[in-house]
Amino acid sequence: METIAKLSILADAAKYDASCASSGVKGRNSLGGKGMGSSEGMGICHSYAPDGRCISLLKILLTNFCIYDCRYCINRKSSNVQRARFTAAEVVALTLDFYRRNCIEGLFLSSGIIQSSDYTMEQLVEVARSLREDHDFRGYIHLKTIPDAAPELLALAGRYADRLSINIELPTPEGLQQLAPEKNAKQIQSAMGDVARHIQLAKQEGRSQAASSIISLPGSQRVRRARPPRYAPGGQSTQMIVGADDASDAAILLTSSGLYGGHGLRRVYYSAFSPIPDASADLPLQAPPLLREHRLYQADWLMRFYGFAHQEIVLPGSGGMLDLELDPKLAWALAHRQHFPMNLNRAPKEWLLRVPGLGVRSVQRLLMARRGRSLRLADLQQLRIATAKVLAFVELADYHPRRADLESPLLRQQLLQRMSHGVVQQKHSGMRLPDMGLSAKTSQLSLFD
Amino acid sequence: MDTNPESSSAVSRDFLVIELAQPDDFDGFRQAARVLLALNAEPHAVRWRFCQPLAQQMPTQDLFAADEAGSVVGRALTPDALDQLPLPPTQPLRLGKSQLSTLRLACCHNLAGRFALCYRWLHRLQSDHRLRLDALDSDWREIERLAKAAGREIHKMHAFVRFRPVPGTEADGQAMQIAWFEPEHHVLRAASGFFRRRFPNMRWAILTPQCSVYWDLEQLLLAPGSTADQAPEPDAGEQLWLTYYRSTFNPARLKEQAMQREMPRKYWKNLPEAVLISELVAGARGRTQRMLQT
Repeated sequence: METIAKLSILADAAKYDASCASSGVKGRNSLGGKGMGSSEGMGICHSYAPDGRCISLLKILLTNFCIYDCRYCINRKSSNVQRARFTAAEVVALTLDFYRRNCIEGLFLSSGIIQSSDYTMEQLVEVARSLREDHDFRGYIHLKTIPDAAPELLALAGRYADRLSINIELPTPEGLQQLAPEKNAKQIQSAMGDVARHIQLAKQEGRSQAASSIISLPGSQRVRRARPPRYAPGGQSTQMIVGADDASDAAILLTSSGLYGGHGLRRVYYSAFSPIPDASADLPLQAPPLLREHRLYQADWLMRFYGFAHQEIVLPGSGGMLDLELDPKLAWALAHRQHFPMNLNRAPKEWLLRVPGLGVRSVQRLLMARRGRSLRLADLQQLRIATAKVLAFVELADYHPRRADLESPLLRQQLLQRMSHGVVQQKHSGMRLPDMGLSAKTSQLSLFD
Repeated sequence: MDTNPESSSAVSRDFLVIELAQPDDFDGFRQAARVLLALNAEPHAVRWRFCQPLAQQMPTQDLFAADEAGSVVGRALTPDALDQLPLPPTQPLRLGKSQLSTLRLACCHNLAGRFALCYRWLHRLQSDHRLRLDALDSDWREIERLAKAAGREIHKMHAFVRFRPVPGTEADGQAMQIAWFEPEHHVLRAASGFFRRRFPNMRWAILTPQCSVYWDLEQLLLAPGSTADQAPEPDAGEQLWLTYYRSTFNPARLKEQAMQREMPRKYWKNLPEAVLISELVAGARGRTQRMLQT
């Protein structure tokens, strides 16, 4: 089979993985090197598909042959999809060619399981090794890791890759048992733990080395210590399929929160279960719940950047599900009106972050500006934010909402109406805020960081 | 402020016209602003012009062509000439690193009044130091808006420049790579360091209407502007990229608006994969239906 035919099959087979991030690696370039590639911290989306998703990496499978039979997967053993297999050399050549054209930031390589987990993992690692060692490629490499592969292979993978990921697949062990009987939730968790330990260790070594310096004799050449071996500097991520089983949003966020806290994950991706050709009869027949996926990303954001705990976000009486009509921060505020209106001149940062419509950057600007003077309505307008939402919940030097309005049972409806005329809510993916100006300390906020 | 009477009168009698070397000459602007602030030159008495040294058939542009004053009278000074003026001793204005980089970016924007706006803010800052903290000041917000737009254009340029190999230029088995791009702002110089760090071992050039940049494996060279027909035609290898773009699209998740927000139509004409968009969008619904039926 020709490369182009294989590419068509193996890119199609890989497109259900949501992650395309190319961030988290700072200050690497090819000056002084023999090859090409750089990574400057902020990921770059080189194109966008009509599904709104960013194309940052060449996202392909090494092969879509697979010995497993996971129900939700297009590549499962029992699917009659057309099969193909790349050689390591083909993947290397494709990556370098697309990179040279400036079409991608690097490679995201995954694979169906062939022969054994170890054999498959060896093939993946070989591609990464060849790119790094044979071609001095300094672009981004993300490797999907196979949970039960040998620890030595995992160690090697982290040396070549910028990011490793192991998919948790489903929010609960029961869901996994039901839809992916050959996979094992304990094993997945334990492999994530191993990767997390490796990452932690590499970080510590890097820090302790930076703290101690070598003292050279006067007149002698300055000596530098060898760098400690790197290990997935872009961290670890995972993906959960939403809507293929009956797990609630509360269960999903509980799992995510455990992953962020327990294994220090950089990102949990939520992938609305997508209809696939030749689907298994065990799966729901429906279009993917894209809005639900969007709300989960917003909730995830609240946990990571806004100081919300997972159990706060899903409201009591909601049956464990997020409100589809309102974003979760607004829904939370409507259910907790006793805390509002928030006085923008006096409230501490953690409370400003809870005001619907105020983002991390806006909060920073407000905090800075109020050091010099007291904030007025006109200042809020300078921020170009969704004032329709904000004004219901805040108080300024020259603006005081009426208590009765805030307590009115009609507020929810009014807000929905106002917002439908205002700013478009659906910022689904790839939103990127160039880091500049006053926000030197904030990190990049992007759904696909 | 205590100023030298001679120099201040030279400034206040009529306009002082500052001529910068490039449309994005931030260093020149900074050098001139330092002197002007020391002289306490009023913002409305300063006019900013810049040369277009690389653009063909484009005369020096007067940034104030649309201004109420019509033609500009007075002497045009370069920042170097301005530096020769005797200066009263003053406290230099200190800015935060991020404020400085915001100003630098804002000066790459194509708004005619960008230098005047930045100077006005600096001049106000000099007399009122509280302005330094005022992130919501309207001049500063406008500067930030320009910086954000220019910064976004740099980012989009890093993303959407597409190199094509030029047949017949092979050396050591590697063809030269050329891209054609039409940036909205004056960002080519600011954006090209990225390509140097990424592709130092490849000979490449980026052509734009205003000016071009060429990496000869040792240094970045600026060259005159170009036209689209000077860029290379698609090569056979580009089909692989188009195949990838087609296959990675999931028709069950069609979201055209989200795509257009991040990849606005103005970029499409220089993106090879964009020719596929209408075909993919048109076929998406049918493909999804078939998947749900089987």
